[in-house]
Amino acid sequence: MSANPLYTPPPVRGEGPLHAPLNMNSKWIRLNRARRHAVNHGVTFLAILSTVLVIAPLVAILVYLLYMGASSLNLAFFTKIPAPVGMPGGGMANAIVGSGIILAVASAMGIPVGIAAGVYLAEFGRGKLLAGTVRFTADVLNGVPSIVMGIAAWVVLVDRRGFSALAGSVALAIMMVPMIARTTEEMLATVPHAIREAALGLGVPKWRTVLSVSLKTASPGIITGCMLAFARVAGETAPLLFTALGNQFWSFKLNQPIAALPLQIYVYAISPYDEWHRLAWAGSLVLIVMIMVAVTLVRIYAARGVMKGAS
Amino acid sequence: MGVGISVEHLNAWYGQTHTLQDINVKLPANHATALIGPSGCGKSTFVRCLNRMHETNPIARAEGVVKMGDIDIYKDAEPVQIRRRVGMVFQRPNPFPTMSIYDNVASGLKLNGFRNRKVLDETVERSLKAAALWEEVKDDLKKKSGASLSGGQQQRMCIARALAVDPEVLLMDEPASALDPVSTSKIEDLIFQLKSQYTIVIVTHNMQQAARVAENTGFFLNGKMVEFDSTHKIFTNPTDKRTEDYITGRFG
Repeated sequence: MSANPLYTPPPVRGEGPLHAPLNMNSKWIRLNRARRHAVNHGVTFLAILSTVLVIAPLVAILVYLLYMGASSLNLAFFTKIPAPVGMPGGGMANAIVGSGIILAVASAMGIPVGIAAGVYLAEFGRGKLLAGTVRFTADVLNGVPSIVMGIAAWVVLVDRRGFSALAGSVALAIMMVPMIARTTEEMLATVPHAIREAALGLGVPKWRTVLSVSLKTASPGIITGCMLAFARVAGETAPLLFTALGNQFWSFKLNQPIAALPLQIYVYAISPYDEWHRLAWAGSLVLIVMIMVAVTLVRIYAARGVMKGAS
Repeated sequence: MGVGISVEHLNAWYGQTHTLQDINVKLPANHATALIGPSGCGKSTFVRCLNRMHETNPIARAEGVVKMGDIDIYKDAEPVQIRRRVGMVFQRPNPFPTMSIYDNVASGLKLNGFRNRKVLDETVERSLKAAALWEEVKDDLKKKSGASLSGGQQQRMCIARALAVDPEVLLMDEPASALDPVSTSKIEDLIFQLKSQYTIVIVTHNMQQAARVAENTGFFLNGKMVEFDSTHKIFTNPTDKRTEDYITGRFG
């Protein structure tokens, strides 16, 4: 027999807890207690360490952005368009608005399609060949680098018609669809089958059951999924390089090139001017804060719509 | 008022498994019928064939004639219409977690597009009273989620929900198996009162329960209905040896 320190042999007949009063100070009990103590603390430490490792980068990035960018934030940043090279001042007002337009249009296209695809996968396509194909395609699409999305949108929409805000939105929407579809499917899968049966048993048609029972029950998770997809594409630069292109001036037209925060940050960050570098830091700070505010607002709004006390 | 059910040559399958084999039985109107038998014998499948819930499973199939009054539910009607006339209560309470108590009870009407506030209010009150839950929940109908009630209350709420659509038949698939004895006896009292207005079919593993609530009892074994007779006869003087073995506890 090898002497394994982690192995506790079973109690000998007559000595075990079921046969005799437990001697809490016997050799094996003490060894076992020490082992459990060590394992418990070890695993707890690992869990805490992992949590810190997850949160640390976010905190570090936020603090660093505040340090580098906050000093360049002023009213002009939110109200003025970029100043020509060498001129002081200027802001990113057009890029902030441009990002808003691109994201709003992308969400308007990507979220309904994504949710509808997820509903098909979870509620109607179980075990069907088409569903398997759609699921596989979505997973592949999720893994496609975002710059490839940009090139694809360029080929389809930009090559002949020219750069446009709409092309940027389409590229981002295509990125959102597979993410939203898969989360919607997974969230619908967590809705207990018994609840669907309850609705069907009341004579509620299937489509109504899906809308009013399945989707409603899964809505907190689906909304979170949509927000994750939104936050993910909000910072995308690569797909916009080939599509929205960027713009130094105001533009509200969907068929014209439009400015976007990530693009503006990219252009300013690789420029040789210190002033622009500072503006790029400020832009990054604004972008991350905007995403956080948007996600938080939707969270609060969604939590209010859902019944409290639902287990 | 309830309506009688007559079943002729009913067969049902799950994939390749022949779960129900040639069932023939007449369930009288305004009576409670208990279905007993060991697990996996086809009781639940039989009940689910009576409101066409069986076929919601993609691999499931059913054939035969099930007449509710004059209507052959597999020929003359859509599943959705049938399920509005046949209420169902499941083994575990299944309230809609996102809905208040009021909305849970009104859901059968609301989800089918019925919106008249006054009628809904009346229906919710009448159904909750019929399910003996009104006094316990009347003060927080719209404040509390249906899922915040206790298990027994949830099950009575599910019964109220089934009654709210004014069915003629009430199917109960082991309605008390997940409940404590006090809730169970409340549900049994309820079944006793409800059968003056509805035809009730109740699946149960509890033979005392069958004896307490049902006039007639059917014994299922391996997908066949071995014996169907008055509850008294089944429990005192069964015709079939297998029924006797089961109710005396020799197997199952």
